[in-house]
Amino acid sequence: MYSFAYHRAKNVKDAAALLKKADDAKLLAGGQTLIPTLKQRLAGPGALIDLGGVKELTGIALKGKVLVIGAMTRHAEVANSKVVKKAIPALAELAEAIGDPAVRNVGTIGGSVANNDPAADYPAACLALGATIVTSKRKIPADKYFKGLFETALADDEIITAVEFPLPKKAGYAKFPNQASRYALVGVFASTGPAGTRVAVTGAGESGVFRVAEMEKALDKNFSAKSLDGIAVKPRGLNTDIHASAEYRAHLIGVMAKRAVAAA
Amino acid sequence: MTTVTLTVNGRPASADVDARTLLVQLLREHLHLTGTHVGCDTSQCGACVVHVNGRAVKSCTMLALQAEGAKVVTIEGVASNGKLHPMQEAFREHHGLQCGFCTPGMIMSALDIVNRKGNNLDEHTIREELEGNLCRCTGYHNIVKAIAAGAKAMR
Amino acid sequence: MSASSIGASERRTEDKRFITGRGQYTDDIRRPYQTHACFLRSPHAHATIKGIDFKKASKMPGVLAILTGDDIANDKIGNLICGWMVLSKDGSPMKAGPHPALAQGKVRYVGDSVAVVIAETLDQAKDAANAIKVDYGVLPAAADLAKARDAGAAQIHENAPRNTIYEWVIGDEAAVDAAIKRAKHVTKIDIVNNRLIPNAIEPRAAIGEYDQGTESFTLWTTSQNPHVARLVLSAFIGIAPEHKFRVIAPDVGGGFGSKIFIYPEETVCIWASKKVGRPVRWTAERNESFQADAHGRDHITHAELAIDEKGKITALKVKTLANIGAYMSTFSSAVPTFLYAPLLSGQYEIPSIYCEVDGVYTNTAPVDAYRGAGRPEACFVIERIVEVAARELHIDPAEFRKKNFIKSFPYQTPVASLYDAGDYPGALDKALQQHDYKNFGKRKAESERNGKLRGIGFSSYIEACGVAPSAVAGSLGCGVGLWESAEIAVTPTGMVEVLTGSHSHGQGHETTFAQLVSAKLGIPMDHITIVHGDTDKVQFGMGTYGSRSGAVGMSAIVQAVDKVIAKGKQVAAHILEAAEGDIEFSDGRFKVAGTDKSAAFGEIALAAYVAHKFPTAQIEPGLKEHAFYDPTNFTFPAGTHICEVEIDPETGVTEIAKWTAIDDFGTVINPMIVEGQVHGGIAQGVGQALLENAVYDKNGQLVTGSFMDYCMPRADNLPSFDVDYVFTKCPSNPLGMKGCGEAGAIAAPVAVINAITSAVGHENVPMPATPNAVWAAIQKSAKLRKAAE
Repeated sequence: MYSFAYHRAKNVKDAAALLKKADDAKLLAGGQTLIPTLKQRLAGPGALIDLGGVKELTGIALKGKVLVIGAMTRHAEVANSKVVKKAIPALAELAEAIGDPAVRNVGTIGGSVANNDPAADYPAACLALGATIVTSKRKIPADKYFKGLFETALADDEIITAVEFPLPKKAGYAKFPNQASRYALVGVFASTGPAGTRVAVTGAGESGVFRVAEMEKALDKNFSAKSLDGIAVKPRGLNTDIHASAEYRAHLIGVMAKRAVAAA
Repeated sequence: MTTVTLTVNGRPASADVDARTLLVQLLREHLHLTGTHVGCDTSQCGACVVHVNGRAVKSCTMLALQAEGAKVVTIEGVASNGKLHPMQEAFREHHGLQCGFCTPGMIMSALDIVNRKGNNLDEHTIREELEGNLCRCTGYHNIVKAIAAGAKAMR
Repeated sequence: MSASSIGASERRTEDKRFITGRGQYTDDIRRPYQTHACFLRSPHAHATIKGIDFKKASKMPGVLAILTGDDIANDKIGNLICGWMVLSKDGSPMKAGPHPALAQGKVRYVGDSVAVVIAETLDQAKDAANAIKVDYGVLPAAADLAKARDAGAAQIHENAPRNTIYEWVIGDEAAVDAAIKRAKHVTKIDIVNNRLIPNAIEPRAAIGEYDQGTESFTLWTTSQNPHVARLVLSAFIGIAPEHKFRVIAPDVGGGFGSKIFIYPEETVCIWASKKVGRPVRWTAERNESFQADAHGRDHITHAELAIDEKGKITALKVKTLANIGAYMSTFSSAVPTFLYAPLLSGQYEIPSIYCEVDGVYTNTAPVDAYRGAGRPEACFVIERIVEVAARELHIDPAEFRKKNFIKSFPYQTPVASLYDAGDYPGALDKALQQHDYKNFGKRKAESERNGKLRGIGFSSYIEACGVAPSAVAGSLGCGVGLWESAEIAVTPTGMVEVLTGSHSHGQGHETTFAQLVSAKLGIPMDHITIVHGDTDKVQFGMGTYGSRSGAVGMSAIVQAVDKVIAKGKQVAAHILEAAEGDIEFSDGRFKVAGTDKSAAFGEIALAAYVAHKFPTAQIEPGLKEHAFYDPTNFTFPAGTHICEVEIDPETGVTEIAKWTAIDDFGTVINPMIVEGQVHGGIAQGVGQALLENAVYDKNGQLVTGSFMDYCMPRADNLPSFDVDYVFTKCPSNPLGMKGCGEAGAIAAPVAVINAITSAVGHENVPMPATPNAVWAAIQKSAKLRKAAE
């Protein structure tokens, strides 16, 4: 790691102030991606602002027909939350499949959404459920939030405070993990509800999470796996790497979409 | 340098550390608890698993300063008064280790599995729950047996 | 506590320190005033070094020294060596290029060490390494094995045109060609044996320390063979004379071959410790393990099998390209030659075999022995081609194997191996029985009802272990003898210290060796300590690899124990006032035959040291014996593994549904430990078949440089294994042992691929058989079927 200054924020205001003041600072949420990145000297921020002590960023609550998850809520907490399991079981299942148990004990939803790894799970859920990313400054609809590989709509001095998920009528997530990293090789989140009928795909796209209009149209008529018969996603725009070809990923999107819908 | 103060294996501990010191470095280099190992740099092998405030954590992916005020338990703190913990006994009884390098992390993860999933663990559950711990020697066969038996013995 | 016995599953004595976090691995050792080394590694696969600017770096906080290849040259530190000479078919010696511990003038793979920074702290060393500026003249890389010998390929070493190290052959080409011409059927296969990265969970580490007072060196290192490390570092690299040089390999966290070799890093740590006058420590980070540990396998092979009208195999022809990497690692030359081709006969009577192996340089990390070393590659060739042949001939693969099995021993193969004992049909039959082969069809139908494919694959493997008779090794070009040593030191109170040249890094020697001595001497196991891994304690030894610690290491112990008993009898004769010939030893007591007079082992030990009651002019006081044991032949463990898979045709995901392993290891001392070895070996073999693959791109960049991209077997990739034995005694060593450490890794890959190909109905499935690859094979198979209809 390059050397850096460490600050432990007391609250969001404090964190925002530190972020503004410090030169080239980065927020430290769970650190499950950031710390390995720092260790390999792939990043060298001048300061880290640890959000670990900010109580107002944690917690899960159902507010009317919206599930609100604090940014610093750990994956394990989402996975085990009775509230989440009842409100959006697919989201609890998604959280249960992130990383491994020790990573889930530390990694956070805010960290994941802020990082926008193209193979992370949460971006698919946010996009498919029509979530809102709540920050220290504003509310950003998921549709306008994810901007490509590791790119988001967040400003440099903006802090995610929570993610709001409108409750869907039905939702399911099916993940096909990369054998090595266990990130999503292809992950498909399908839902129907207040945000309409949506199918979001993570892990496969050259520019990160994306929606599949043709599938959404078919599912909007009838939200069943059968509706997806005959819909083939094209390999163009999908990743080819040592783990999988674009053709295979395209095929898997079809398979995983059906499984996601069936699980919903 | 910043002072970090925490509890390790029930005893108070503190050290002056550079901000970039990892929890595992604090344990190994400052507190001389070398039972916690480092096997990778991408948070995957699990040789460094310890418990922080009762939950399994990869100590190579956490800054020492993040553990300020925390209660940390390492493999050295598992046996009490010279008596092996039933999970440790089970690893020995079922030959759940060969070179021993991944073993501390395996045992700490095993205890975490029992904490979360109870004492009756089937093979499938144990295998899934070990996703974050790599062993190159045993093929996991006997680790799985050991954890099932250790979990039962902890009742 | 009573004595143990051979065949008892004693729980391991070494476990207590490991399960309580009290192991002492190299990185756990702290030395006063220690410093930290960080290696600056080449980011290029092939480049000249035009200059290294470390002016700024050397002034950074905590920096004590920055050393480069120039310093190595100035200090006349020798190159790293390859210790096994292999000759080409024209008789010319292999073309080993120079391998300095720090690059001189040129780098040849990504990860090649260019400089080392030694600093007060590791962070300071890394910070400074980061500030060194190297001016590279980037050259085209020859990273692809298949193309490295092309006319236009970049030449990696000056003395090796077309990057060819040797063109080695074995067998009778004319006889093989004639047999192929005569054959009723010829099966042909093309195979890539994928490149693997060993990834012991403990990364390599070294601490070098120079003592100015005694002018002597101590090296703590993660080694499978500390004496050989000392010998090479002393005699060839020229660090220090052997008697001024101590090498300690303490607890070592797995080796699998990768810790046999003498690497640049420990060479630099020990050399630099004198230069900076303080201990120098280094522990690999995992990304360094990926880049700079010796890799394994990496063959491209074409093979042809000739079969006559009766279904008998008549000949085998094999042509292999073997990747050696950018430099010749310690035993790299022998792995794809002498450890490979002599096993190509498998378990079969094959009248003629011919094999050509070309050893090839590439701009990739050195390739050397990895669990099985040559034998998994050989097993893959023979067991794959036999399987394909059986399918082509529409003969049950088990029947085809049985028809061609060797049934009488000793059996001289056409590729040098002399098999001494075995029961190949017995192992196969037991495997079929235990696996419930006859109901495979039912299970397959059940899978199909659930929309899944099911396949079954056999691997009737053989390996040569217990390396090796020294004279044979010597005649084949090995630079050392491959015997083993043991010393039994009995204390006056009858406690026994066993010093062995074998090294345990997971194999449980502290238990198994003590168990053997306990059984032989009739004393409790806890009266026995096993000492290994320290050149100041154990006089010399050859270390642990090639499944040799049982067959060779324990044979040396038996020899030394027998000497202790013989000496004890001499002493006992005087104590018990009987003729030496009348003294018998059993159950821990020296007894006068036909009387009730006896003395316990401990009493005789005390008498030997007190030395009051026997003539010390004829019988020396004390009780300590040493033995060197040189085996008379290799040993030949063999058996049959059956793998059954279920495949999801929608995704190509393969699940191992059932695994049966029937092995013949000869005498087994501790079945619990042996089964553990088999489990671990199978897991590594399954890893090769389904998950693991070291990939370089065309520029020689390592694409799979971390666990994020290099897929290690995890618990949820594997089933539990059904492991059992057949027994034939090995006639080549006193205990009848054959060795068990590599069997699983040798048997498993081809069993998996045979199972998958049987399930998908298409023979062309690569390793690793990833879901993508299996899915693609299923598509291809369906297309071909459609075309055929």
